Amino acid sequence: MYGWTGKLLRVDLTRGTSRIEPVNEQWCRDYIGGRGLAARYLYEEVDPRVDPLSPENKLIFACGPLTGTPVPCGARYMVVTKGYLTGAITTSNSGGHWGPELRFAGYDLLILEGKAPRPSYLFIYDDHVELRDARSYWGRTVSETEDGLRRELGIPGLRVALIGPAGERLVRFACIMNDKHRAAGRSGVGAVMGSKNLKAIAVRGTGGIRIADPEAFMRAVWKMRAGMQNHPGRRSFAELGTAATIDLTQAFGGLPTRNFQQGQFEHYDKLNGNAIRDTRLVANKACFACTIACGRVTRLGDGSDKYLVNTHPRNWRIAGEGPEYEAAWALGADTGVGDLDAVLKANWLCNDLGMDPISMGSTLAAAMELYERGVLSDDQVELPLRFGSAEALVRMVEATGYREGFGDELAEGAKRLGEKFGHPEVFMGSKGQEFPAYDPRGFQGMGVAYATCNRGACHLRAWTPAIETSGQYDPHTPEGKAAWVVQEQNRTTAHDATGICLFVGAAGGPLETFVPCTAAATGVPYTLEDFVRIGERTWNLERLWNLKAGFTRADDALPQRLLKEPHRSGPSQGVVVHLERMLDDYYRERGWTADGVPTPEKLAELGLANV
Amino acid sequence: MMPKQLSIVPERCTGCMQCELACSWVQTGTFQPSRSLIRVNIFDEEASYAPYTCLQCDEAWCMTVCPVNAISVDVRTGAKVVLEKQCIGCHLCTIACPFGTVFTTPRTDTAAKCHLCGGDPACAVSCPTQAIEFLDVEQSGQWFVPWSQKVSRNLVEAHAG
Repeated sequence: MYGWTGKLLRVDLTRGTSRIEPVNEQWCRDYIGGRGLAARYLYEEVDPRVDPLSPENKLIFACGPLTGTPVPCGARYMVVTKGYLTGAITTSNSGGHWGPELRFAGYDLLILEGKAPRPSYLFIYDDHVELRDARSYWGRTVSETEDGLRRELGIPGLRVALIGPAGERLVRFACIMNDKHRAAGRSGVGAVMGSKNLKAIAVRGTGGIRIADPEAFMRAVWKMRAGMQNHPGRRSFAELGTAATIDLTQAFGGLPTRNFQQGQFEHYDKLNGNAIRDTRLVANKACFACTIACGRVTRLGDGSDKYLVNTHPRNWRIAGEGPEYEAAWALGADTGVGDLDAVLKANWLCNDLGMDPISMGSTLAAAMELYERGVLSDDQVELPLRFGSAEALVRMVEATGYREGFGDELAEGAKRLGEKFGHPEVFMGSKGQEFPAYDPRGFQGMGVAYATCNRGACHLRAWTPAIETSGQYDPHTPEGKAAWVVQEQNRTTAHDATGICLFVGAAGGPLETFVPCTAAATGVPYTLEDFVRIGERTWNLERLWNLKAGFTRADDALPQRLLKEPHRSGPSQGVVVHLERMLDDYYRERGWTADGVPTPEKLAELGLANV
Repeated sequence: MMPKQLSIVPERCTGCMQCELACSWVQTGTFQPSRSLIRVNIFDEEASYAPYTCLQCDEAWCMTVCPVNAISVDVRTGAKVVLEKQCIGCHLCTIACPFGTVFTTPRTDTAAKCHLCGGDPACAVSCPTQAIEFLDVEQSGQWFVPWSQKVSRNLVEAHAG
């Protein structure tokens, strides 16, 4: 095969055995790869009602046919499994260098089954696959473990994907980290890995990726690169990182603040792209094949030692990475903390302990609301959880990663936290997953995008702010939003299947530009229509899996705060989310019943009649 | 003709590996960084990425040491190139190179080193940040000045404690 390596590696962790299988070629054509292909395998092999932490759940790492090629930002791999945070199918994406390395080792997919009898790590060196003892790494942080594995194996070019202490302790929103600072972040994929007693996957690959039509491929790649090079989106990402988005959301009253109680943050300019660049940035960092380099390598300021943590050295001030937009919001605006050093430190801790900063910040914000309302008393918490407390932020991130004290409650996520203390309304999220950094009262379309996302609240399946503020739509009304969200969800799903980073879309390289790359790489004559259809097919397949897992229309929901409590000031003043209206539109647009079930006709149209 | 050489400015590099992909494409017709003749060294904690490859030394020890004269000079570019048919796979050149930029090709066991792509190096073409450029010898020296100033500043600071 061209484009695809055509092989998958299946590892039985229970027995410590592995075998190399051919990838289903028809599925490759029908789902491209990455998210789509892995969803197809999960659908075939995993019972949707399975306990996410049981050995019967499988953990799939999937690359697309463009992962590891010079198509701009061809760095991505997707982790697909049943999410521990949501109980839904989850598709968590990460960049860095690990995904390409898996492809160079010869595999499009890695499927992990069962549960290792003791803490182990997987070592893959081309065809050599070995499950090795990881007891000496258990309990270690992400950076300690990666450094240790590099020393132990002594192989230049080794890439490591791993869990930190949070994954081992089954924190509901634990990540799988790679290259120390890149994360397959959401829905608790790290806890699933932890439940399998798997600490790390160390990969070195020396093989190559073959291209079906080299000349057409290189032409398409260069056309895409030329379109991106001077694009204002690419330049902004490179100069300011993703945190530049803070200025946009602030301007439209869509920057959720203090657990979504306000839509603007008074200290937004202490956390935005300019603040990071001017005061903390050391260098840009690119993922594999990335021509943007939005990654921020940062250094803490001198005052940062005042926020002490127990488990990291006092002078922990080597270069780290972040924060990107979501982390700057979740750990900053959402908790009301306007201190960049505290946010940076909390972000580094999330990376080093292996936790999703979005869910972390949002869960802490929910706890802060409970504390300020008097639901949580001082006896129950280690230190006062006031909005804006930098001390509480940094210490609680650490406590959550290790499940110490009140951190043990935070580690369960905002939904379970709210339920436990009798106030489920403080949970700001959908399907059990905390919202990312866009307030749907500022950007109406995000409401229906959050509610309908198959993996729980997510901004990466249909990102509406740019189009809603372009003048084409009114950001505060539901008109036309559902149709746009459906179309965008289909497009991003196909995008995710190729192995290309979603950010190219905002940097001058939309889906149209790399459909020809995919066609030339694989030899399959894909068109844009094929891609959108593949995205729709995958989306429906994920939905079917979720329905079998027990999800219904009632789960396509938003918290009452967004539906009933408008902001009292700012640009989004007086606006609430008209969810039911948009949901009806959405289901109709999708060809689903009013209960959100794909109709037999729709499934037949997508070639899913017999799945 | 003014000779050109590769000018590499590590401070502009973001570690994206496009050069390794492009080089391996030239060598093998596949995307296979393990076969690239330019390598990016990543120093994560220092946020520093350093591409390096053959310097095309005037006094080329790889060439001098070869017992069968399998390394020769490309008169168009001045590059020292491996004549694969003559190479007997003795690996002496890989040991002689002070910079470790002569590699061994798996299976054939012959030597492989940067040949400047015959005068249009793919690594320089593919670099999105101009960290690698193919410049006239006189121009390419310019990056050295700011770099040396930085190093001397570090030295001064180190002495000052």
